[in-house]
Amino acid sequence: MFEAVLLTVITAATPLLIAAVGELVVERSGVLNLGVEGMMIMGAVVGFAVANQTGSGSLGVVAAIVAGMAMSALFGFLVLILVTNQVASGLALTILGLGLSGMIGEAFIGVPGLRLPELYIPVLSEIPFVGPVFFQQDALVYVSFLLVGAVSYMLFKTRAGLILRAVGDNHVSAHALGYSVVRVRFMATLFGGACAGLAGAYMSLAYTPQWVENMTAGRGWIALALVVFASWLPFRVVAGAYLFGAVTVLTFHAQAQGLGIPSQFLSSLPYLATIAVLVLISANRRLTLVNTPACLGKPFVPDR
Amino acid sequence: MKSILRGAVAALALTAAGSVAQAADLKACFVYVGPVGDFGWSYQHDQGRLAVEEHFGDRVETAYLESVPEGPDAERAIERFARDGCGLIFTTSFGYMNPTIKVAKKFPDVKFEHATGYKTADNVATYNSKFHEGRYIIGQIAAKQSKTGVAGYIASFPIPEVVSGINAFMLGAQSINPDFKLKVVWVNTWFDPGKEADAAKALIDQGADIITQHTDSTAPLQVAQERGVHGFGQASDMINFAKDAQYTAIIDDWAPYYIERVQEVLDGKWHSHSAWDGISEGHVVMAPYTNLPDDVVEMAKATEAKIKGGWEPFTGPITKQDGTEAAADGVRLEDGAILGMNWYVKGIDDKLPQ
Amino acid sequence: MRIELVKRKEHSGVMALLSPVIAVGSTLIAAALIFTLTGKDPALGLYKFFIEPLTDTWSLQEIVVKATPLVLIACGLAVCYLSNNWNIGAEGQFVFGAICGSFLPILIPDFANGATLPLMLVFGALGGAAWGLIPALLKTRFNTNEILTSLMLVYVAGLLLDYLVRGPWRDPGGYNFPESLIFSDAATLPVIGDGRMSISAPIAVLVVIVLAVVLAKTLKGFEIRVMGESPRAGSFAGFSSKRLTIFAFALAGALAGLAGTMEVSGSLNQLLPTISPGYGFTAIIVAFLGRLNPIGILIAGFVLALSYIGGEAVQASMGVSDKITSVIQGLLLFFVLACDTFILYRLRFVKSRKSAGVPEASHV
Repeated sequence: MFEAVLLTVITAATPLLIAAVGELVVERSGVLNLGVEGMMIMGAVVGFAVANQTGSGSLGVVAAIVAGMAMSALFGFLVLILVTNQVASGLALTILGLGLSGMIGEAFIGVPGLRLPELYIPVLSEIPFVGPVFFQQDALVYVSFLLVGAVSYMLFKTRAGLILRAVGDNHVSAHALGYSVVRVRFMATLFGGACAGLAGAYMSLAYTPQWVENMTAGRGWIALALVVFASWLPFRVVAGAYLFGAVTVLTFHAQAQGLGIPSQFLSSLPYLATIAVLVLISANRRLTLVNTPACLGKPFVPDR
Repeated sequence: MKSILRGAVAALALTAAGSVAQAADLKACFVYVGPVGDFGWSYQHDQGRLAVEEHFGDRVETAYLESVPEGPDAERAIERFARDGCGLIFTTSFGYMNPTIKVAKKFPDVKFEHATGYKTADNVATYNSKFHEGRYIIGQIAAKQSKTGVAGYIASFPIPEVVSGINAFMLGAQSINPDFKLKVVWVNTWFDPGKEADAAKALIDQGADIITQHTDSTAPLQVAQERGVHGFGQASDMINFAKDAQYTAIIDDWAPYYIERVQEVLDGKWHSHSAWDGISEGHVVMAPYTNLPDDVVEMAKATEAKIKGGWEPFTGPITKQDGTEAAADGVRLEDGAILGMNWYVKGIDDKLPQ
Repeated sequence: MRIELVKRKEHSGVMALLSPVIAVGSTLIAAALIFTLTGKDPALGLYKFFIEPLTDTWSLQEIVVKATPLVLIACGLAVCYLSNNWNIGAEGQFVFGAICGSFLPILIPDFANGATLPLMLVFGALGGAAWGLIPALLKTRFNTNEILTSLMLVYVAGLLLDYLVRGPWRDPGGYNFPESLIFSDAATLPVIGDGRMSISAPIAVLVVIVLAVVLAKTLKGFEIRVMGESPRAGSFAGFSSKRLTIFAFALAGALAGLAGTMEVSGSLNQLLPTISPGYGFTAIIVAFLGRLNPIGILIAGFVLALSYIGGEAVQASMGVSDKITSVIQGLLLFFVLACDTFILYRLRFVKSRKSAGVPEASHV
């Protein structure tokens, strides 16, 4: 029973996790991209369309990543080159993505999708409990685990990570040291777009293999919340995504048990839980201030 | 900029010409609450619209507005159609009821058809389908096929139509297995594939081996397919999404009704009414029975025939959850009691939100 | 070759005027392209989308009806954004305000006299302000990120409304359908014009004017701008950023709550499970499109409302997908933001000098 619940939680949490890790890198570089939902839905539709046309799930995933990156490149051009307001540009990206995806997807409504196969990791998948839960998943679940590890390593153990964080914390000094703030931020933004696209592909190729309008249903926003929730630390994103997924799934279990609590209250629990944890985390100032990118959302124009 | 202006002038001339050359005898217009691409409720209404176009050809022109939220925008959308020369307007969601009535007052010559509501006027008819008839049948199938004796029900919102669907399902199941158990999960959305899938998984994890849904996406059936349990399609035939899992689907077929009402307007015979039709009239259609043994298919078809013969699934004895009697033996519930249902029948393992 | 931005010595007055024109022009071209790509006549599409709605008194009034809540909410949001308070939960404040504004006609329907409507509006504004104060207090007290808390509260407010309308506030005579009682006439906003326009429209204009004066001429306006641009300088001047956060959220919440109550009272006449087609989110676009300036917001609100009405028009008459509305809105916002850049900056094309790669920094 517990094992089964965990399995459900993993699929519910994976798209949130992938998108949030991408956005975490973006925000660490000092850019706030509120367009995650728009990039994610574009990833979902393009991934579905390409997989459907070519019959190849992997091509679909690649296409979704490219679509997410294309959307983020547009965003990057606006906020980094033309220094437009990041909040407004991110919102515009979301609106555009929701509309465009709907138009692209019109041909794919009611078409059964392709499902990414599950990969059983040899030996490990045989371990009782741990095996079925963690090593009998589709490829993207493993990708999400690897992604968290890689991002964490990159951010805190490599020079590139150091530069990225320096740019996010103090772009003036980073610039003075000779780093191209705009270039670093553009790369980070592209990475965020790729992750959001991948998360979208997870929705339309693994979680619920189909295309329907607005199928991401606000998950991009939750991913954004998770980044702050995690106080910009990759492993806390995992905790946040799984907590959110668990609360959502458990409310269904509570209902199926016939507890008789108003379902609207149960449905609002994940949101209330997010607020509660956010407050708990942010109340500890020492912890948040250290990790908050000091230049988050602030535009940078090199003075020459 | 200049060329755009020129284009606009040209367009002006074009539209002027267009309105003169209008050939159709009637313009039938449709307001949908969801995108036509939801493959559920709005999709099926749009299939009905397309059937009208096909059936009448050039005689009838159609137009639609999709994703019109219930609320302040609805009245504008309906009034736009009334002003655009639509002679017959179908408003296809419950929340359009008061806006429809308001606009109808302003446009006495336009005919309105409101789906699933209860307010009528001289130029406003209501129509709905007896989906619960189909739900009774799938309840019977569920009880026959379930090994655990437990079914899971993914419900959207506690409105009478959904509640009566749950009750009909349970009555059908109890007619086969009096101890049948039903677990209900309210997801508070008509449409969120991810949430619906999660709910389906939760229900399966709690022992349900039959999944049924009153939400619009195909996600629960896909989960059933994956987990090797079974389920039923909703609104459309979803067999393509779950070849081994779907037993049948309750299809909303609005085409016969739409064609009939358009014809009546063309013939000048349209009158306001409250239509409530089901399997007999072909407004509720059971998709082909698949993945089922022959005796169960026969049973389902027999029930279908019984309903076509005028039998109502909500015929007593029916006991409410609290133990009081809803209908005595052989007594049929009144239409109003079904259309406004807000109680569970005995045996359902859930408390109805009040 | 590379593109570089160079800061202008002073604001370009020419660009400030030209920018919206160029942005709208670019949007029109993009829209024409989309029409062409989807196989529709672009000239007819543009005409139906942008011009026809302006030629008819009914659709003009509908534009005003649609713009009113957007403008009201955006005015409050502008104060938030000017002072660096990222309130994106106006949708929740709108809904909670509407709930508070509606309890009078729903729970005490017999209380129907001249005081009903003013009381409803006051309760609505107070309710919205209260909902807005939650993220504000969490921010000032616990340093919690207001973007997320205000957003999460949107979902909570929506579910609360849903619960009320399906449960305790359900119309007893409504066959158990999710809707409240219909409001009495005393609880309905008076209509002006021959359409659906109510006195909420002039109220919105009044709010715009008052806010424009406050922002431009008063100490409070000065405080808002200073604290937004340079909180350090502001604190030297004796302004408290915490007090301003609370003020901005309370004001934005109150205006959103007022808009919610007027929408329910003026156009719906009852509570339904959904009372807003995303006004609170669209208003964010309106606020930015109007450059966070009340007069600008008034214009932007009108333009955005036009895009909805026009989008419906092309959908109804040409069968164009309703998705085109959000594509055009997204593009318009992009173009406006991009063009506004050139008020402060000009472009310079530089031949690539050295490779712009990340240089080795020896002293890290």
